[in-house]
Amino acid sequence: MKILVCICPVPDTTTKIAFSDNNTTFNTQGVTFIINPYDEWYALVRALELKEAGVATAVHMITVGKADAEPTIRKALALGGDEAVRIDTDSNDTYMVAAQIAEYAKAGNYDLVLCGKESIDYNNGSVGAMIAELLDMNFLGFASKIDVAGTTVTVNREIEGGEETDECSLPVVISCQKGVAEARIPNMRGIMAARTRPLKVVAPAAIAPLSAIVGYEMPPAKSGVKMIAADNMDELVALLHSEAKVI
Amino acid sequence: MSVLVLVEHTNGAFRKKSLEAVQYAANIAKQMGTTATAVATGNIDNATLATLGQYGAQKVLHTTDSRLENFNSRAYTKVMLAAAQKENAKVIIGLHDTVGKAVSPRIAARLNAGLVSGAVSYPDLSKGFVVKKNVFSGKAFAYVNITSDVKVITLMPNTFPVVKGDGSATVENLDVAFEDRDFSIKVKEVTKTSGTIVLSEAELVVSGGRGMKGPENWHVLEDLAKELGAATACSRPVADSHWRPHNEHVGQTGGTIRPNLYIAVGISGAIQHLAGVNGSKTIVVINKDAEAPFFKAADYGVLGDAMEIVPQLTAAVKRFKANH
Repeated sequence: MKILVCICPVPDTTTKIAFSDNNTTFNTQGVTFIINPYDEWYALVRALELKEAGVATAVHMITVGKADAEPTIRKALALGGDEAVRIDTDSNDTYMVAAQIAEYAKAGNYDLVLCGKESIDYNNGSVGAMIAELLDMNFLGFASKIDVAGTTVTVNREIEGGEETDECSLPVVISCQKGVAEARIPNMRGIMAARTRPLKVVAPAAIAPLSAIVGYEMPPAKSGVKMIAADNMDELVALLHSEAKVI
Repeated sequence: MSVLVLVEHTNGAFRKKSLEAVQYAANIAKQMGTTATAVATGNIDNATLATLGQYGAQKVLHTTDSRLENFNSRAYTKVMLAAAQKENAKVIIGLHDTVGKAVSPRIAARLNAGLVSGAVSYPDLSKGFVVKKNVFSGKAFAYVNITSDVKVITLMPNTFPVVKGDGSATVENLDVAFEDRDFSIKVKEVTKTSGTIVLSEAELVVSGGRGMKGPENWHVLEDLAKELGAATACSRPVADSHWRPHNEHVGQTGGTIRPNLYIAVGISGAIQHLAGVNGSKTIVVINKDAEAPFFKAADYGVLGDAMEIVPQLTAAVKRFKANH
């Protein structure tokens, strides 16, 4: 069984977001990029576990981005995996990213495609389901547990107002969240090995984006906190009713 | 030409966020000089479906098949594609929830349509088709222009107040030619968290952080939540310590919520936590540390011990309810 893990570089969670060029460009100056936590902690680590357990024969990872994405994918390689692929193009359009990955996955005959439930930068959470449609595969979203036995996958996943246990045959695309695996810390041996593990750069397929970001905006600043005395909760309730109008 | 919207229901009753999505679709249709058609699946009666007219839908297409009872992205996509073709849909709306996030990308990929996920505005048609959405987990907004002929949007729940109007929608059956492979996912078990308010849809949320000291103190928050009719949430350290289930974790690596009222108790307000909740309309912070950064992002603040203040707040809410 071959697994493809989708990796997205994102700004570190502590990043203070700023924009330049009249609020049209995300200012990456001084920003540390990390592997999207959902991709790393859950999708990638579970893929590695399946390989260590002898269930998977190969774990490949893929990212869509320019050369500046390479340090992030090297970090992913430091955790393990057999090879990494970078599709050499820049895009914030979900379709463009999904279609590039789907093209590559089609040629590679992967049995299981894993991704995080969403990236913490653009919060679309759409790439996995799009890949599934483009590859004509089943999609299981928001998994919290993934088991594979032979060609059968069993998944626990979040549904509206609850949880569901599903079973289906490979191939399948699964998006991962908390519960699927535990975060790992790369060790020195992994970091050294990552340097020698292959990182292929592939030219993008001819796919046109279907959307473009035309501007950014910061949320409006709060006008300042109104402090209420700890022994006057009636006042707080009255303000929530008459001023904030939320109760 | 039309605007299409997928509606969800629980045991034949619409969820509020679905009514919000119908209203959103109807208003976009009005902007474009056309009409909105809702699409529903499964076991729900025609009289209920017709009430979607009160939220602006002119027509409802209804597909019934016993296999649609459990949500399945492949089969639901097929329903939406059949409806899109029948109605010549130019805009297709879903919700930014576990259903919409699985179906809408599939529809978009199939129709080669641009997608905006988690919209928080109506499209601005004067500049193309520009929709505002949260990015960086609520730390900022982006304006996204969809350039394709057909557009797909998932709407962030709780973005617009739902206004009930007059009107009745016509209901038509929509026959869809399913294949067995559309239902090749076997559902083995379903566990519904019944009786509690779904966090992502909640208008009022009471949330606790490490300052609550331990799970044994959560009853004071639960009492307040019960009195308000609020959902409960927590910060990441709380979920990581297994004081609370991880589906209650809000923040950059948990859920993003935008309730009308967010009451944060014993949460310092790390940037990652704020990212998940700063779309809340009103924020109340209760903390014993005057330096807690959360106070800067709050509308109302109370300085002091949560174990004393929260029960007093609960009592005040009770008094308020008795008088209103």
